[in-house]
Amino acid sequence: MSQHTFTVNGKQVTVDTDDKVRLLWVLRDLLGITGPKYGCGINVCKACTSHINGKAFNPCSVPVSAIGPDDEITTIEGIADPATGALHPMQEAWLEQDVAQCGYCQPGQIMAAIAKVKQARSEGREISDADFDEIRNICRCGTYSRIRDAVRSAAAKM
Amino acid sequence: MAHQRRSRRPGEQSPALERRRFLGYLLAAPTLAVAARLGGDLAAPAPASAAIPSIPGPADILDLGDALTLAAAPTSGLIAIQLNRDDSVSFAVPRAEVGQGITTTIAMLIAEELDLPLSKVGVNLADARPELVFNQLTGGSNSVRSLFHPVRTAAAVARARLLVTAAEQWKVDPATLTMSQGVIRSSSGHTASYGSLAEAAASPRTEEVSATLKDPSEFTLIGKPTTRLDALDAVTGRKQFTMDLQVPDALPTMICRPPTINGTVRSVANLAEVTAMPGVTDVVTVSSGVAVRAATFGQCIDAVRALSVDWGPGTVDGETDASVEQKLRAATLPLALPPVLTQSIDAEFVFAFASNSALETNCAIADVRPDGAEIWSGLKSPIVAQEQIAAMLGLPIPSVKVHVVTGGGSFGRKLFSDAALEAAEISKKIGKPVKLMWHRADDSRHGRTHPMSISRIRANYALGNVVSYEQRHTSVTTDFGHGLGEILTAVAAKLPVGDVGFSQTVFLLSQSMPYNFGATTQLLNEVPLKFHTSSMRNVYSPNVVCARELVIDQLAAKLGQDPLTFRRNFLKNDRFRAVLDKAAEVGEWGRELPDGMAQGIAFHWEYKSASAVLMEIDCRPETVNRKIRDAVAGPRVTRAVAVVDAGLPINPRGLEAQTIGCVNDGIALALTSSLHIDNGLPLEASWDNYFYTRQWNTPPELEVVVMPATTGEPGGAGELAVASSFAAAACAYGRAVGQMPTRFPINHGTLSFEPKPKVPPVPESPVDGLAYTF
Repeated sequence: MSQHTFTVNGKQVTVDTDDKVRLLWVLRDLLGITGPKYGCGINVCKACTSHINGKAFNPCSVPVSAIGPDDEITTIEGIADPATGALHPMQEAWLEQDVAQCGYCQPGQIMAAIAKVKQARSEGREISDADFDEIRNICRCGTYSRIRDAVRSAAAKM
Repeated sequence: MAHQRRSRRPGEQSPALERRRFLGYLLAAPTLAVAARLGGDLAAPAPASAAIPSIPGPADILDLGDALTLAAAPTSGLIAIQLNRDDSVSFAVPRAEVGQGITTTIAMLIAEELDLPLSKVGVNLADARPELVFNQLTGGSNSVRSLFHPVRTAAAVARARLLVTAAEQWKVDPATLTMSQGVIRSSSGHTASYGSLAEAAASPRTEEVSATLKDPSEFTLIGKPTTRLDALDAVTGRKQFTMDLQVPDALPTMICRPPTINGTVRSVANLAEVTAMPGVTDVVTVSSGVAVRAATFGQCIDAVRALSVDWGPGTVDGETDASVEQKLRAATLPLALPPVLTQSIDAEFVFAFASNSALETNCAIADVRPDGAEIWSGLKSPIVAQEQIAAMLGLPIPSVKVHVVTGGGSFGRKLFSDAALEAAEISKKIGKPVKLMWHRADDSRHGRTHPMSISRIRANYALGNVVSYEQRHTSVTTDFGHGLGEILTAVAAKLPVGDVGFSQTVFLLSQSMPYNFGATTQLLNEVPLKFHTSSMRNVYSPNVVCARELVIDQLAAKLGQDPLTFRRNFLKNDRFRAVLDKAAEVGEWGRELPDGMAQGIAFHWEYKSASAVLMEIDCRPETVNRKIRDAVAGPRVTRAVAVVDAGLPINPRGLEAQTIGCVNDGIALALTSSLHIDNGLPLEASWDNYFYTRQWNTPPELEVVVMPATTGEPGGAGELAVASSFAAAACAYGRAVGQMPTRFPINHGTLSFEPKPKVPPVPESPVDGLAYTF
């Protein structure tokens, strides 16, 4: 057991657990942050997708010891505007398109989509079919076409 | 299934049903509470007398002469709507919400009948209610069909009672009052919100009353595309699933499972050692393996991997794909009609095992104590769960409280309560609450599957007509042990004869023939192998219909007709043809495509609903050979048009969503998703092994057309288009490559992944996640 301090959704937290416990379980089981979902535990399904320092990652495959005190973790719970509480444009687009069915994978889908749009933007281009080929988040309800519509719509507003 | 309403022939128009009166109940309660009975006694004995579309007088809507006393009224099986003082309405729906949108649909029905803003209707999921007997099963695309009249009836009783209450208070004729957006107004200027009347309208005793439902011409919400009521919770992470619930002391728990299905624990070599691992609180042998409870699921995974277990044999240890296929072929029923003076097409199709694993793995929370138990899980047959758990724990049924939690997908999986039963067993054994979750590898390998099947078809044709059509469908036994949601039928379904009867019933009730093909027989035979099976979305239809539609393309070719024209000519009625024609029109049937691409079209009729799907597939190397890590990139369906006629579409937006899901399911079944059985266990243990449709497979162009209302009653919608989508993808593929595919999914013969070890049963979580950030 050892202490681990980092920032989640703008708040500094300290947890006392084994070094190798993956961050997903620190978030879910120890901190009660349940937006990131378990779907495989091996970085395949991407249901736990969250952000570390603004980039998408999968906490199921990162030991808590790899997270430092300067690291900022953002989960779906922290993606709305912290000052106003306004939803992120990607969340708004999700509502406009009524994307979610069961909703289980959707926090991860939204977090991945935000990062994908930012990535394309930083490379000076708009999101394309090739980018969608790189989104690995699985949705067993098969909401993919509405995800594509929502991502394109949000990208125009981000 | 036994409780579907009387059926009309396909295409027959609905009778003028809506003005009929229905029986409902006023319930004794502090604020207005109303109810209706689920099931058979809804229809009031008297037919509607008034055809005048105006607000009826009090005697019409509240015939007190019909009312029965509480003592006589059997009220236990009622579903109740409660009006609250804050103007809101509460209803606990006796169904599971697993993404299909039932809570939104039911809220729409209540809001419509009560003229209440949708935001004022709160629908949650009812706990297990054994008194509902058959009426708490979620399946067969039957939820809306079975709840449409009861929910509206209860709301209509409330509506009538509110009108009478306001009229009494204002001493006016109820006929002069109007209701809108949760407010009653009189022509003389009085207004009252529903909530302000909730107490005055309450009934001192329970009475049976009759109610008249709104005429469809008055609908303002039914038929209007409506966003899901839980959409905001879903996109903010607030939507709670079973594993998100905080039940005191219910610590993470997992099970170390055997290397073959139903393998048993002989002994554990290192129990004490594993119990001493970091975070671990308990390690105990249970009927399905060795359970571990720990502070985090991560520590459970480590403990499961560390366990050294001597495993006894399971129930299908020697079975592989080839051995199962051989048993099925041997059991196929003979085709009866030889081609005499006719020409004939004989075809045989093989469908691999498929997984109904949802994204949320099997999971449940259980808190078992000496005098009672409390269970939380996503359950589509909660009464069976409650009764089985009570029997297992040796507790009276009322001492087992079973909460139905919103599920993260089902696809048939949640008809069974495997995790709830295991959680109860573990909690009892260790004497502590547990939060049990299956690992993805367990869910894929030990979870229930849609079993392998073979479909053999012979169609005889002569003089431009199909004179006979025979289909012999042979499947590994599908477990219908959930019965109709109640323990008695669940037990009956487990009897050797009973289960065959049940399967046959399901098969016969679901398999219709929408084409005029002369003498038609479709028969099922099942081979009882001890795999974990269950229904999967659309049950038998995807395989049966895929086989049929492929043969139809062959028949069309033999008779020199275009596949669309052939289907138009042989479909039984104009309602079917309208759906097919719409798909052809929107999908531009027959348009020019490059070599290696083709269109396919298919039709399906079930649940009193029709669907037609047109797909275009791209089998060209530049598409198929796209480099995507750990993926099957092609062939790819590039365009899909799905047209659905669900009788009366209540929420077209939700129906469209369900259809989008069906399209992606059908594509997966046709092209990529299957389980490979290897010595008693599926090889697939990950979403990168079991190739359900991913972004790189989904059609870049997808359009759903919801046909306007064709009948007055909703048909089933949630699984309707799986069969037609599967068939359309298969037909398109056959036309693109110039050869009818006969084994599904088409890539099953190629193992496109490196199988994970069977021991330990779950893979280690990687530690290199930060190498993949973007």
